Amino acid sequence: MIALIRRDVLLAFRSGGGFGLALGFFLILVVLLPLSIGPSPARLSAVAPGLLWVGALLSALLSLERIFATDFEDGTLDVLGTAPIPLAMVTLAKAIAHWLTTGLPIALAAPLLGALLILPEGSYGTLILSLLIGTPALSLVGTFAAALTVGLKRGGLLLSIITLPLYMPTLIFGSVAVRRAGEGLETTASLGLLAAVTLGCLALLPFAAAAALRVNLR
Amino acid sequence: MSIWSYANPHKFAAVAERVVPVAGVLAAICLIGGLIWGFFFTPDDYRQGSTVKIIYLHVPAAMMAINIWGMMLVASIIWVIRRHHVSALAAKAAAPVGITMTLVALFTGAVWGQQMWGTWWAWDPRLTSFLILFLFYVAYIALWSAIEDSDTAADLTAILCLVGSVFAILSRYAVLFWNQGLHQAASDPVYDERQIDNVFYLPLILTIAGFIILFVALVFYRTRTEIDLRRVRSLEARRRMVEV
Repeated sequence: MIALIRRDVLLAFRSGGGFGLALGFFLILVVLLPLSIGPSPARLSAVAPGLLWVGALLSALLSLERIFATDFEDGTLDVLGTAPIPLAMVTLAKAIAHWLTTGLPIALAAPLLGALLILPEGSYGTLILSLLIGTPALSLVGTFAAALTVGLKRGGLLLSIITLPLYMPTLIFGSVAVRRAGEGLETTASLGLLAAVTLGCLALLPFAAAAALRVNLR
Repeated sequence: MSIWSYANPHKFAAVAERVVPVAGVLAAICLIGGLIWGFFFTPDDYRQGSTVKIIYLHVPAAMMAINIWGMMLVASIIWVIRRHHVSALAAKAAAPVGITMTLVALFTGAVWGQQMWGTWWAWDPRLTSFLILFLFYVAYIALWSAIEDSDTAADLTAILCLVGSVFAILSRYAVLFWNQGLHQAASDPVYDERQIDNVFYLPLILTIAGFIILFVALVFYRTRTEIDLRRVRSLEARRRMVEV
């Protein structure tokens, strides 16, 4: 399983994606916002928590299609299906690799981009923490949706339509936490619920994804 | 004889043939009766005026929108466990009805809200969770229509329905956490002390019954159509085999 994670991360780097793609997309979103709503610091800092979370969502969405698509085409997935480790563990490994190449860099780069958006003082810690807790759920949900749509020719748009509604609880708890931190309020409740969503996804979705893959490999 | 014998498409189609006209007529009676009663023979509310009458469309549609998803969930579970094709097709047949109900509820709500709240739309928890429910229906229907092989489609949409249900409920409560509401609480006619007068309540019950029976008629009709469609496809496939 660790070998599988290492392989996927290496593949992501060497095929020219890696950290760069998701982060670049995230940066572009952050640049587009002031250009579209104006440079007023008060307005920017009001929408910054929400935009940073929406940006994380969309950046995670970008590379979902590649989780299974290339492996499905060249037959690697069939081999993995008959491998000695359970298919649920394979999907979990895929999700972890996806998180290492998108969620983790996004969480680490977010404070920098938050500074660009004049994020209120005092919410930087919560921003990193909430992204670190929440983005694994994004990768897990995304892996599930990618497993559902892997056999399709034009899966791209469909993948977004399936994934984004499933992202809503994570988005709500995450952005509420950051917003409350900016107003100097208690954030443990939202962070706790965010962690609950992530842990629930971790416990259940690898199995759902494996079931979907098995149907697609039939 | 167990209920599972109706999982046989032939038997199901035979039952549907009898159920559809009866349910259709019953639904028409309930809906026409309830709506005419509700629209013309009930007094205006002292604060809401005649806009209160939209309740006869809004409440049943909203109830059905949620319960149809529940029915799809049950049908999907039956398909996953017992592999009855009729069950998968019934879930497929119910989805467009459900999304229509969601739209009706959202639209009538907007019309009412424009008069009463002074706005077409507010980011209220109830309204937001209905919009989210709408998105879940869209995803479900989109997945059905994207996959060509029908058994694969049934399997994958069933998995999506199971996972989606969990997330839909989660979103419902997450949204409550996110914002406090503007929408009045539902008055549960069974458990709560009744907050609605009989004058409005009785026609409402009639339209709710009408919506439920209408849904039954539509699902039976659409499921039978799906079964026929599959039969036609397999016959065509067989004919091509013979010609070759």
